[in-house]
Amino acid sequence: MIRVNREGSVWIFAEQELGQLSDVPLELLSKGRELADKLGVRLGTFLLGQGIGELAGKLTAYGADDVICVEHPLLKDYQTTSYARVICDLIQKYEPQIVLYGATAMGRDLAPRIASEMKAGLTADCTDLQIGDHEEKDGTVHKNLLFQIRPAFGGNIIATIINYDRWPQMATVREGVMRMPEPNTSHKGKIVNEKVNISPEDLAVTILEKHRQAKKVNLKAARIIVAGGAGVGSKDNFKLVWDLANALGAAVGASRAAVDLGFCDRDHQVGQTGTTVRPALYIACGISGTVQHRAGMQESAKIVAINSDPNAPILQLAHYGIVGDMNVVIPKMIKALKERS
Amino acid sequence: MIKQVPDTKAVTAKAMKEDGTVNRAALPAIFNPEDLNALETALEIKDQYGGTVTAITMGPPNACEILRESLYRGADRVILISDRRAAASDTLATSYILGCAARNLPHVDVVLCGRQAIDGDTAQVGPQLAEKLGLPQVTYLEKLMEMTNKHVVAKRNLGNGWEMVRSKLPVLMTVVDSANIPRPPAAKLMMKYKKVRGAVEVVREIAGEKDPNDPALKAQIDQRIKELKQKCLLIEQWNLDDIKADLQWCGRDGSPTKVHRIQSVVLKGTGHKQFAPTQEGMKDLIHNLIEERTLG
Repeated sequence: MIRVNREGSVWIFAEQELGQLSDVPLELLSKGRELADKLGVRLGTFLLGQGIGELAGKLTAYGADDVICVEHPLLKDYQTTSYARVICDLIQKYEPQIVLYGATAMGRDLAPRIASEMKAGLTADCTDLQIGDHEEKDGTVHKNLLFQIRPAFGGNIIATIINYDRWPQMATVREGVMRMPEPNTSHKGKIVNEKVNISPEDLAVTILEKHRQAKKVNLKAARIIVAGGAGVGSKDNFKLVWDLANALGAAVGASRAAVDLGFCDRDHQVGQTGTTVRPALYIACGISGTVQHRAGMQESAKIVAINSDPNAPILQLAHYGIVGDMNVVIPKMIKALKERS
Repeated sequence: MIKQVPDTKAVTAKAMKEDGTVNRAALPAIFNPEDLNALETALEIKDQYGGTVTAITMGPPNACEILRESLYRGADRVILISDRRAAASDTLATSYILGCAARNLPHVDVVLCGRQAIDGDTAQVGPQLAEKLGLPQVTYLEKLMEMTNKHVVAKRNLGNGWEMVRSKLPVLMTVVDSANIPRPPAAKLMMKYKKVRGAVEVVREIAGEKDPNDPALKAQIDQRIKELKQKCLLIEQWNLDDIKADLQWCGRDGSPTKVHRIQSVVLKGTGHKQFAPTQEGMKDLIHNLIEERTLG
């Protein structure tokens, strides 16, 4: 771990693949800005790869004060141990107080490795990040800590996690949780190139073949989402959700429960461990509305909930509620849509 | 490495304690689903290449149940890490303890874990354990393509695509649920191992709420444990001293992340507008949505 460095920057891991920056670091820059301003420190990003120099300009446009670029042919493709070693060295050298990563496949492979090597704390899938003070039982006060906020297991609960001595304070955040800022090309930042020595022997794992496919659905861009939960009952019955979505020209979403039950593909999952969405209209069918699911859709402009249980939490959150059997309600809704003039 | 977890599909709000940690005793406990996939991968390696499968879990006495379930499926050796001082460990402390346990084994070629546990959902213990053991890691393992005693070729499922990778051995791999369908317990193995018990279970069975050091009870407990051991039905049990764990890295003291507070979410219920589940009701709803320009 590093010392508790109050002058340390807020850092964001600028995840990139094949020369393209992932959305999440850009989204994290907006929250990073807020945290850095609150702490009165700089907002930095660190970028590893080969031929990634031009990405630095994009990062400063999205708000980074500093961009640390580490270029090396052997860093072109992500590999756990080499990336972790380079980043741990950077952290030791620059002593940031906070480091944030996207909770992507790469981030979830990398961040815990770094946390372990640095013996530092790491909180996964945060739905909010704030700065606050923490008082221990003996009266000791730790000021200006990173509040790592997330729904907790066990019901309707939100936990605030802190780390006051095993720095840097680190967290991962899923896609869509933070809002993408507007780029501002007149915002300038300092770009630093760091040199590293890596040899092929440092790469314990080599990639033989890579195949990327576009996600089946772009939930973040959808204006209307129709989502189904465990209450849908079966994979066959989930067809109703698709029917309603088609009638509305909407994207299909699913709760974690529905995905785990095999009703729908993981790409469609909305919630704390899925995607966070803010559509103009979110129609929740047979979704009870756990705190983890709500974290992913509660900022929707309008929420319609269909549930046979009048006490389902989702009905408290909804603007429009229908207490009834979705097998009955959805066909009627589709009919009403077809008949509208 | 396996974990017994509360069944998150059967959760009620009574599950949390004041200090922010989960009250596991209040919920039905199951074998963490992706750990079952990891066990299946281990057994498939054994089926194809030979070797021994050891299942280790860190947990309270109840966790012995998943060790038995591992034996029923074909594990050769099972170990319970049990120590009150390990309680309230976060992922870093947990991976430290599991690392000490792994080092206590003679030789390990492959360490397998489920990608993540359904209670914490962090997916952090696997990679952290790999770091502690100084092993390369292959996460999101979906399929083992080939294996020699020097390397393994594996297919990873990244959600937005896949990757074929080659890693040196020894290696740690975390397994995803799409990797396989875990085999069910084998009837023959169930017959053989159903009487397997851990020492902590014997203490609980015989002493219950009473003091296990009471001479009469202690004699009974010791006798039972001796019998189980003679029949090779005693689950190996290690505490933090057995695995030479440094206490400063265990439990609450060894956990950098701490709970500042937990808050119950109280939904304000600003009064939603109700629509009847009838054709008229739907007509009204659509009309409403069009009026306010949510729908075009």
